[in-house]
Amino acid sequence: MTKAVTRAIFHGGIAAVLLALLGTASVQVFAQGTAPSAGQAVAFDRTKGNCLACHTMRGSDVPSNVGPELNDMKARFPDRADLIAILQNEEARNPQTIMPSFGRNLILDHQEIEQIVDFLYSL
Amino acid sequence: MPNRRIRARASLRVAVLAAAVAVLGGAAPAPDKTDPLADQKAFQASFGERFPQVPFADFANGPYAVSAPMRKQWEDIMQFPPYDFALDEGKTAFETPFANGKSYADCFANKGIGVRQDFPYFDTKTGEVATLDGTINRCREANGEKPLPYQVGLMASITAYMAETSRDKPFDIKIPDDPRARAAYEDGKEYFYTRRGQLNFSCASCHVGAAGQRLRGDILAPAIGILAAFPIYRSDWGSMGTIDRRFTSCSAQMRSEPLPPQDKSYRDLEYFLSYMSNGVPISGPGTRP
Ligand code: HEC
Ligand code: HEC
Repeated sequence: MTKAVTRAIFHGGIAAVLLALLGTASVQVFAQGTAPSAGQAVAFDRTKGNCLACHTMRGSDVPSNVGPELNDMKARFPDRADLIAILQNEEARNPQTIMPSFGRNLILDHQEIEQIVDFLYSL
Repeated sequence: MPNRRIRARASLRVAVLAAAVAVLGGAAPAPDKTDPLADQKAFQASFGERFPQVPFADFANGPYAVSAPMRKQWEDIMQFPPYDFALDEGKTAFETPFANGKSYADCFANKGIGVRQDFPYFDTKTGEVATLDGTINRCREANGEKPLPYQVGLMASITAYMAETSRDKPFDIKIPDDPRARAAYEDGKEYFYTRRGQLNFSCASCHVGAAGQRLRGDILAPAIGILAAFPIYRSDWGSMGTIDRRFTSCSAQMRSEPLPPQDKSYRDLEYFLSYMSNGVPISGPGTRP
């Protein structure tokens, strides 16, 4: 439990340093699409994604392991459409899943899902 | 609107599943006749397989049975159990006669001492499931007293005291040979497994499928023995809560409309869960983070 937390904090630290290093370049990247911070806000909002209820990821305050830890997303899900599909309707991939079908059940709209995927790709 | 769509899809899925089971045939029990005892055996065996390190009786301790760090925290809390005040209040209330001179003891077998494990029971007179909490209020009303609110306060204190006098007695829920009792059991079972609300969770999603896992700070309690510790003091609530309080808060957590306390479906659900837990000892009142 504490390992996951320290790892998360550590990741957070690295990201902050990276952001600082990237400096103006990152601002340009953000400007094109939606800012990753918008995605993080939707993902963490308990009335929206509430992802932290089930997943541990960078920025988690308490660890959850109902679902797998979300990290390294670009390497694991190189195709953006796969992540969109998971958020749209994970029940299509796994009918038994406990993960809510965010898109299908109108919990998140299309734009919010895109924002969250941007955020996931920063993990 | 989307809910209806989900329900339709869910029932389609059930139908497909049923068809699959029918095709597999053989080992499955006759589909038209429910067998609660077979359900119970399978239910208990599945938790035994999932948590081989947990002694059966320990399922009375909810999340503590399946998480060593939580158990350590619990042992520390239990130096000064936070439900002690409720026990005192409940004992006093239980022993104080009503205005008409009668008391709670007159409404229960064995004067209400050591009977928690027999609740809920199927009342063949009313044709419905009678819970401990409901019986307490019926007792009050029969003796000219106002019923108590169901979720917090004195109801929690009185049931805390009654549970404490029943500690270590195993759940002993009976399903009499009465089609109405069978129907109540079936209704509770269906309630437990039906996905509902925008998040499309069932009770089983969290307390069977994800039992023992971490949902934010909480460890999800396994469904077996899940009512043995009630009522509970929850630090999160800062007070005691009854089974109704937990059912309504989990319903809200699922973003489905909570039912009124003691609604028929909640009583049937309690009947199902308690019957599945036969043999697990009463451990209430409990304390939770
Ligand atoms: C109620 C629990 C729950 C919530 C809330 C939840 N998930 Fe999941 N998630 C799961 C589970 C369980 C899995 C494992 C796969 C499965 O069950 O289909 C999963 C799998 C995933 C995966 C695939 C990961 C992998 O390694 O295969 C991604 C990506 C994901 N979730 C993202 C999210 C995001 C983003 C949110 C919030 C918008 C979210 N989840 C909310 C339970 C949840
Ligand atoms: C989204 C997940 C989720 C769903 C769905 C859910 N619960 Fe819970 N439940 C919890 C959490 C979290 C707790 C607090 C941690 C614990 O004790 O399990 C809890 C606690 C409980 C407890 C108390 C366990 C204890 O030992 O203190 C009971 C009883 C319970 N739930 C019953 C139900 C019932 C009945 C339903 C369906 C109507 C349901 N839950 C649906 C998450 C859920």
